Parts: sequence; structure tokens; C-alpha cells
Amino acid sequence: MRMKHRYLPMTEEDKREMLTQIGVESVEELFSDIPKSVRFKGEYQIKPAKSESALLKELTKLAQKNADAKANVSFLGAGVYDHYSPVIVDHVLSRSEFYTAYTPYQPEISQGELQAIFEFQTMICELTGMDVANSSMYDGATALAEAGMLSAGSTKRKKIIVSSTTHPEAKEVVRTYAKGQNLEIIEIPYKDGITDLEALKEQMNSDVAAVMIQYPNFFGRVEPLKELEEIIHEHKALFVVSSNPLALGALTPPGNFKADIVVGDAQVFGIPMAFGGPHCGYFAVTSKLMRKVPGRLVGQTVDENGQRGFVLTLQAREQHIRRDKATSNICSNQALNALAASVAMTALGKQGVKEMAIANIQKAHYAKRKFENAGFEVIFAGPSFNEFIIKCNQEISTINHTLLNHGIIGGYDLGRDFNELKNHMLLAVTELRTKEEIDQLVAEMEDYHA
Amino acid sequence: MLNQNQPLIFENSTPGRIGYSLPEMDIDTVELSELLPDEYIRENTPDLPEVSELDIMRHYTALSKRNHGLDSGFYPLGSCTMKYNPKINENVARFSGFAHIHPLQEASSVQGALELMYDLQQHLKEITGMDEVTLQPAAGAHGEWTGLMLIRAYHESNGDSNRTKVIVPDSAHGTNPASATVAGFETVTVKSNENGLVDIEDLKRVVGPDTAALMLTNPNTLGLFEENIVEMAEIVHNAGGKLYYDGANLNAVLSKARPGDMGFDVVHLNLHKTFTGPHGGGGPGSGPVGVKVDLIPYLPKPVIQKDGDEFVLNYNRPYSIGRVKPFYGNFGINVRAYTYIRSMGPDGLKAVTENAVINANYMMRRLADYYDLPFDRHCKHEFVLSGRKQKKLGVRTLDIAKRLLDFGYHPPTIYFPLNVEECIMIEPTETESKETLDSFINAMIQIAKEAEETPELVQEAPHTTVIGRLDETLAARKPILRFKK
Repeated sequence: MRMKHRYLPMTEEDKREMLTQIGVESVEELFSDIPKSVRFKGEYQIKPAKSESALLKELTKLAQKNADAKANVSFLGAGVYDHYSPVIVDHVLSRSEFYTAYTPYQPEISQGELQAIFEFQTMICELTGMDVANSSMYDGATALAEAGMLSAGSTKRKKIIVSSTTHPEAKEVVRTYAKGQNLEIIEIPYKDGITDLEALKEQMNSDVAAVMIQYPNFFGRVEPLKELEEIIHEHKALFVVSSNPLALGALTPPGNFKADIVVGDAQVFGIPMAFGGPHCGYFAVTSKLMRKVPGRLVGQTVDENGQRGFVLTLQAREQHIRRDKATSNICSNQALNALAASVAMTALGKQGVKEMAIANIQKAHYAKRKFENAGFEVIFAGPSFNEFIIKCNQEISTINHTLLNHGIIGGYDLGRDFNELKNHMLLAVTELRTKEEIDQLVAEMEDYHA
Repeated sequence: MLNQNQPLIFENSTPGRIGYSLPEMDIDTVELSELLPDEYIRENTPDLPEVSELDIMRHYTALSKRNHGLDSGFYPLGSCTMKYNPKINENVARFSGFAHIHPLQEASSVQGALELMYDLQQHLKEITGMDEVTLQPAAGAHGEWTGLMLIRAYHESNGDSNRTKVIVPDSAHGTNPASATVAGFETVTVKSNENGLVDIEDLKRVVGPDTAALMLTNPNTLGLFEENIVEMAEIVHNAGGKLYYDGANLNAVLSKARPGDMGFDVVHLNLHKTFTGPHGGGGPGSGPVGVKVDLIPYLPKPVIQKDGDEFVLNYNRPYSIGRVKPFYGNFGINVRAYTYIRSMGPDGLKAVTENAVINANYMMRRLADYYDLPFDRHCKHEFVLSGRKQKKLGVRTLDIAKRLLDFGYHPPTIYFPLNVEECIMIEPTETESKETLDSFINAMIQIAKEAEETPELVQEAPHTTVIGRLDETLAARKPILRFKK
């Protein structure tokens, strides 16, 4: 019996004609080169196929088992955020000329994608204050890890310093990559919620390839990039900043503080949280480091008639050319998500990105004051973006459980990563949270202050 | 629209225009200078475009028209498995309960997501014949590097720290040697023989006590099944090395041969190839890694486990290589792949491979009279031709590829693998009809005739695209990587 399926156009007659043309009796002959001892016999023991409607029904139910941020009110951030996403983002993304295309290796029929990436690179440069940005990385954390590898390669040094105020999962990813390259990772403690400058000074020497700082940091605080830069560059190490690009709508960009590499995640621009991925790492550098950037770069050029066009360029850096001499192995990146971010950044534009960034600062500040007034201790208070920490009187997971019963997704349990911060909750308040929602959160939590 | 420049979005910008609708500011605000030190308040607002919503839609619609996707036409790009991207996948990935959940929510509030991931892992284990799977790697190359880090951890924990070399065939994808380097290994190349398969004698020569692993694609990048796989596995295993399977070509062997049964210890899959996560113009992908039992302890953490009726994330993994990515991988792509597998079922996946292989062999046989066929035997899901016959007439493979653009096709992969002169690598996939294949074959035949009769027509192609051949040397010599006013 022929397997009939809407994705498989081959009819029995097609098959007969084609097998005749090939010169075989049966399809089995085409697999005769697979040794018998390793031939798979029978059928996969997996679930049987479902019709379109039955599968939709099943997966709808499965999705409904999850508490999502649209049916509930979320105050959870810690690197992934529930933000305003202009509805046009998904309309652009749904154009199958974009999402069903491969990497634009044939520029004549890929000008749309190439131009969109060129525009993305430009927008990332604008936000970060850097000279060059690539076409994207998997995510902010792997971009940070690659920044470490670039730094080690470029300075010929083997030590990487990471501030403890960097995202805990990003630190773990950096460590895994460092192991592959035999790099030493040194973590610098924090003081009052920001990188301990004195501790950094003690560790700085001519073996340090790079110092990694997150801005705003994992606790939401604005790191003192100015002072950090002086300490780092005094020892000719590279200054690597991991930055939430939305925050840069209001904060002075790392480029202005002479950062050498700026990385981060553009999830904040039009990309759904999607349980942690796919998001969109970005990677920006000074022009001095342009030829060491990992991943794909799109450049402007002309065709034989002098007409402007775009191509993948400086490919001599990349794995498919350099093979074992390549300093990064990245191939597929996050092109479609870079497109989503581009559309969102375009929609926000010059005015919107600033307005949205400031709205985050204002709403988080309002919530912070509200918690203080309710008797909570806000620790590490100081200049911050859209996150802050409150001290509670019990397990954060217990509190979150109760909150979810009231339709609220509570904040992040810092005790997971920091022993000294048990019962401390990291809250994110984005522009989407209304006064009413913030007030409700504070009201629901009033019994939990330490 | 031919030869019409599409302005950059920045060139369409007009001060004062907006394209957004931010939520109301319903709280009392404070002066920013009270909240931030002066030197951290941005002075120059980033120069993003100022355009209306319609301007944006027109811009991106115009760009999309200047882009060839799989839905636009045939895309026989070898080694990339450009098969149809089912639309139901897109719908499911956008369900609110999948798209708008946070990775750090309490596990009890994301049971549906964990169940899907767990079940996908179960399916991939069965499909590959491996004992455990991690979904954390973001793409194929990321999976390769993860797999090699697992092998490294395995050898190290056996006190076997002298295994510093990874063997890679000369026909391998460029990511293989690059991943080996990033994982801290040295690459050793093993030669192919005249039949396009790994030269067993050469493998015996390069394998040794310093061998960490052999990386292999099977079928290989020539579309040929490495029929000596059992012997190769034995050689590598006897030397104490591990066998790594690059899953880029898995579409050729679904239900026919499982990497786990062939002797492979580690496997990565490209869910954006075989399992229809769309390619997205270059990503995002998803590159799950499967391992045999002795490598399970080293898998990235956390791992998903089923505890009674509950799905939990286990972080207590003392031998884990650590994290390779934040959170749990490219979940959105994994949802699409799961939807696809559930749409196909076991007999559907079997038909996928059979039809893909019939399509490839059919095209190969029909084109063999017009182009040089370096390896005359049954291929799997893809095959390579050589343009050396045409090269003698002054027509390069690059010219043939560019000429195909005039027929509305995306060209095949060219100049890869590196061990075939003027290589043309064609992968039709199972989702293309015979009529589509025939039209493409006819175009290829016509181009072969043009190469003989009117070579300049091919050499000067493309003739119908929005832009001609671009000056790539100029782009690299004087890089312009961003717009400046």
C-alpha cells in the first residue's frame, strides 16, 4: 500500500517510471549498499501519524498546560523579557520568501535577506555605539563566550575575567567554551550589587585577555563602565560588555566607554520568550577587530552595472573556508530572529526605542518605591534599568506558587545561584506592566517582606 | 522591478514619523536625572529609522520579493535538505502556551513544554538508535562542538588525556574541522578513495592512541553510503576512539539504518534540515545531540527527566560538561520538529527517505548523459556532478549556477565537497514532484547545450535577476558593513 501524505507528491506511477529510468526493480535495490548487519528492520517504535486537525487539537491541549505570560501577568526577567512586540513583526516574519530561504549564498536572488541583515548590522551599531556588528549569533551567552575566544586569540593571552554580576547561565556557557580552548576563567565578586573594582584591580595583569561586564548587570544595576574601562585598558586587556540593547535606548552605550566588544541578546526586540529560544545574539566590535569577528557579515558592493547590492563578505574568517584554522565554528545563526529584531527596531525607531527604554526605568522605579513603602527591603538599590531585588521572608518558589494562583508569574529566585541571596527575588518590570498590575503584585506580596 | 534599487530603510526615514504604539504611561514619572548619573544617561539617541507602519510593511514586502525561498521555487541545495516547511509547524510554534512562556518559570507551570521536549527526545532516540538525547545545542555546528566536548570529557575522565586528534574525511563539511579546533582538538584528514568513500588503508594509517574520534557523515557529502562502516567503526573503537555522526544527511537513511546501530557513539541532528524547522534565511536551527550510554553522564545540564507523572529538570549532574547554551535549546524550533515527526509517523518517515532517494537517483541518471558523473553508483538523497566537461568549453560551474537563476531555480551547492573538481551537488528532497524535477533537468540539459553552442549566454548569466553578479572582491577589500548618512 502506498503511503499517502500531503507532503509527499510521488504517485505509484511516478515511482514506477522513475525506478525504470534508474534501472532498478525496486526501491530496496537503492539501499543495497547498506551492510545487512546494520540495516534497520521494521518500523520506528514512535507515535503513529496524526491528521492535521487531530494533531492541532492535541498540541493545543499540550500548550494549554503551560502558564503563559499573555494569560498571566509576568514579573519574571533575568535575561528573558515580556516586552511590547509590534504586531507587524510577525506579519513580516510570515513571508515565506524570508523564512523558507537558506543562507544567502546566491546574492542575486537573496538581496532581500542580505539588505535586511545589513540594516540589522547598522541598527546594532547605532544602539551599541560600535563600528561593526555581525549578522547574529545563537544568543547573548554564546556571543559572550565567542567574545572570550576572540579576545584570547587576539591578545594571545589565556585568562578571562568575568564579573559575578553577569548572567549565571552565560557564565556557565563561557566556562564550557573556555574549557575547549584551555582558557582560565576568573570570577570577580560583586560589592553592593556591582562589580567590585578593588577586587578587579587585584586580578589585573598582563595575562588577562578580556574582562567581561554585563550592563545593566544581572541584578539590574548600571555598572560603572567608566571606571572599569580605565582599569581594564591599563593592562591592555579587551573590554567586553554584554548589554541588553533595549536599555541602550536610554543608557550611554558601551561604545562611548571605549568597549572593544559588545554582545548581547536582541530578544527584547520583537522576539517571543519561547521557553528560552530561539533568541538572537548580537556581536559588535571596533573597526580594529573587524576581521576577527565570528559568524557572517554582510557588506555593500556593486554589480557589473555599478548598481548597489549586498553580499556575504570577509568570508576568509569563516569555517567553510578556513576549516581547522577557523577561530569559530558558527555556521547557522539566528537570521530570522535578526529580521524580527530589525522590524521591531524599525517600528520603534529613534523615538520609540528611547521612550520604551525610559518607560522600563520609570515603571521599575515605581514598583521599587511601592515595595519599599510596603515594608520591603530593596537590596543593591542604585541606578538600575528594569530589574531590582527584594528580600522576602520565605522560599521564593513557595511565593511564586501562591502568586501563580492569582495569575501572576513571580520573579527569579536568586538563591538558585547565590547562596547569600536565599529568599531574594529579582523582579522585572517592563513597559507592558500597568500600574494596576504592579499594585496588585505588591498587594499579593505584602505578607512576605522580611 | 528589474534593476530597481530598494532604498535602505534609513533612506526612507523622516524625522517625526513613528511606527509604534507603546503602552500608556499610567504612573507618575520622575526626572531621569534623579534615577541615573548624568554620564550614564544617553545623549545621542540611536539613529534608528523614523517611518510609519505602512512604510515598514512596504519596505519588507519589497525586500521579500527580492528573496528566493523554498516556497518561491525549487531549491536543490546539496547537503542542506531544502524540503517543504509545513505550515502547521508555524501555527503550533506560535501557540501562546509555547511562544510566551519564560524559561525560568517554576517547572510545575510549564509541564506541557517539558512533556513536549521529553517526548521529542524519546522520538529522536528511537530514530537515531541512541540511548539519550540533549536538545540544548542551537544548530548543527553547535551540536558538533558539544558532541566533541562530550568525547573529550569521556576520555579525560578515563585518564586518557593524550587523545588530542579528531579524524575528518577530506569530503567533510567545513564545520567538522572548525568544531574540532574550537573543542581543543587537532584535525587529521583521512583521504577518500577512487570510489568516493573513506580510504580504509589511510584510516588505519592515521588512527592511533592519540585518536579521540572520527567524525563522519553517512551517507557522505558525495551522497554515497560508507559501506565499510562496520569495519571503520571497529578500527576506531579498537584504537580507543569514538565515532561521531554528523547528522546533516540523515534524510537519506530514515528507517533504513540508524547511526546507533552503525556503531556511532555520538550523533548530532539538524532539526532544520531533516525535520523541517525552516532555515529562516540562515537560522535559527536546532542541533540536538544523541549519545550512547557511556557518554550520558557528560551531557549538558540540566537534563529533563520523568518523575512519575511529572517532568523535572535535573541540575545535579556532577560529570556534565556544563552548559552549552542558556536554558534548554531552541525550543521554538524543537516544537516545529516535533510537530513534523508527529505529522509523519513511522511509515511517513520511511517514505520520506525512500522518495528522497528515488528522486536523487532519477535526477542523477537523467543528467549523467550531459554532465560528468564522477561516481557511477546508486546515490542516496543527493549526488554530485562535475562540470569539468563544460569547463573545457570555458563555462565554469559558477556560470551554470548563475544561469539556473534565469530559470527561476535556486542553484545546487557548488564547489563542495572539495575533492570533486567543478563540483555540482544536487539534493532534490522528497517533497518535490516528478514534474518539478523534470523541469529542472530540462533546464540543466539546455544549459549544457548552451555551454556548447552559446557559451557567453551562460558565462554572462544571470540575465533576469534584480541585480547582476556582484563585486565580492570590492566588498572584502573596502568593507562597508553598515549604513552611514
